[in-house]
Amino acid sequence: MKPFTYERAASPAQAAAAAIQMPGAKFIAGGTNLLDLMKLQIETPAHLIDVNRLALDTIEPTQEGGLRIGALVSNTDLAADARVRRDYGVLARALLAGASGQLRNKATTAGNLLQRTRCPYFYDTDQPCNKRHPGSGCSAIGGVTRQLGVIGTSDACIATHPSDMAVALRALDATVETVKADGATRRIPVAELHRLPGDTPHVETVLEPGELITAVLLPAPVGGTQIYRKVRDRASYAFALVSVGAILQHDGTGRIALGGVAPKPWRVEEAEAELPNGPRAFTTRLMAGARPTRDNAFKVALAERTLGAVLNEARG
Amino acid sequence: MHSHSEPGLSRRDLLVAGAATVAGSAATGPAHAQDAVNTSSMDTVPRAPVHAPVRFTVNGREHALELDTRTSLLDALREHLHLTGTKKGCDHGQCGACTVMVDGVRINSCLTLAVMHEGADVTTIEGLGTPDRLHAMQAAFVKHDGYQCGYCTPGQICSAVAVLDEIKAGIPSHVTADIMATPEFSVDEVRERMSGNICRCGAYSNIIEAITEVAGRAA
Repeated sequence: MKPFTYERAASPAQAAAAAIQMPGAKFIAGGTNLLDLMKLQIETPAHLIDVNRLALDTIEPTQEGGLRIGALVSNTDLAADARVRRDYGVLARALLAGASGQLRNKATTAGNLLQRTRCPYFYDTDQPCNKRHPGSGCSAIGGVTRQLGVIGTSDACIATHPSDMAVALRALDATVETVKADGATRRIPVAELHRLPGDTPHVETVLEPGELITAVLLPAPVGGTQIYRKVRDRASYAFALVSVGAILQHDGTGRIALGGVAPKPWRVEEAEAELPNGPRAFTTRLMAGARPTRDNAFKVALAERTLGAVLNEARG
Repeated sequence: MHSHSEPGLSRRDLLVAGAATVAGSAATGPAHAQDAVNTSSMDTVPRAPVHAPVRFTVNGREHALELDTRTSLLDALREHLHLTGTKKGCDHGQCGACTVMVDGVRINSCLTLAVMHEGADVTTIEGLGTPDRLHAMQAAFVKHDGYQCGYCTPGQICSAVAVLDEIKAGIPSHVTADIMATPEFSVDEVRERMSGNICRCGAYSNIIEAITEVAGRAA
């Protein structure tokens, strides 16, 4: 690990301002992803701004009837919250499907959204990777791609976003609240937070330098049957091959987001009109333009079958 | 004490930078290789280690330490406080050998910095029981042979104690059938909740028996 200076932030605005004043600064909250990457020298921040002491660890009701989840609420606390379990079951289920008990105790809501890909070539510092060294090339293309993305990818990067939680937040139409380095705040729909790789896969979100996520906002509950189904190589503690976050209503309408297939939670609202026509019709629209490799083409079929299983489960 | 690390770091970094430049050139030609050089050269500027003070309590004893900011909580426990019961397995949060309790919840001590724990209350395997007065979970692991080599055992035991607390606190898991109901102890619940603790010897079935016995005794 490279040496770094360290400070504890006094307020969200001060943290954001400090982040652009100090060259090479990064925020640290749970640290479960950042420290892993720092040990491998994939991340080499010169300065860490510890945001753990900021009072961003509560879940409060909003005036609109939803919930405001502080950025520092742990994955365990969020999944265990009675309101989340009752009204946002897809979120509680997604959180519990991810990582291990120890990691969920430490990992935070904002950190989960901002975690980096687990593409093995991103992790292997001996290999070119456009995320690690922009312009160096993508070792995954033509490499071992079974775990990697099938849609939304580019000729520069085929990595997936690893989060389960983000898939549920996308289905729930959640929004993130941020504070920028100049103290201004804004709201960004989770749908727009993550960028597709294009030819700049190292730029993963629309956040500006220094911009700090302070909360995630859930809209008022929409009811329905909420399911998170994750298909993976082990029964526990493994990243998704394909996951489906679903909110299904009795009238046959619904919202579906997929994990494990794309550089961001994958949802196409227009495709949801096809839901009453069955999993094949829906998946065909949802996955239109997919560019799988020989090794991960199974993910397209697996997405359709997993969705079929979810629809069956919702029917009871 | 710190001076030796600078030449060491810079030599190693030059090697890393050299490799990255070669890789960049081979893959994408000179224009892109320039990026690799720039990124790498930023990383090759030698940085001096930084030290910071931190105070926390471990097993009821307060400690004031002055640590390199890079020190993980695990290394602080093992190398600075000489509490070597907590083990370093993968050092990347994948194996659970380093599991300790911080402010009542289990975490991977390898994936957190010691300086982040100002004022924290840490419990390690040494704080659970002593050779003369074993914690019930330690005694059950002995009775049921919940180990072979023993390396993962302190992490397994700390995790197991926390798992029973988490079930008691009503925290659901991936295998909890009714997410609104209060979770109940079951072997499936334990298997799921213990999945962050790997045992290369494969003592899992005996570990489950040990935890089940303690859960029954506590119930």
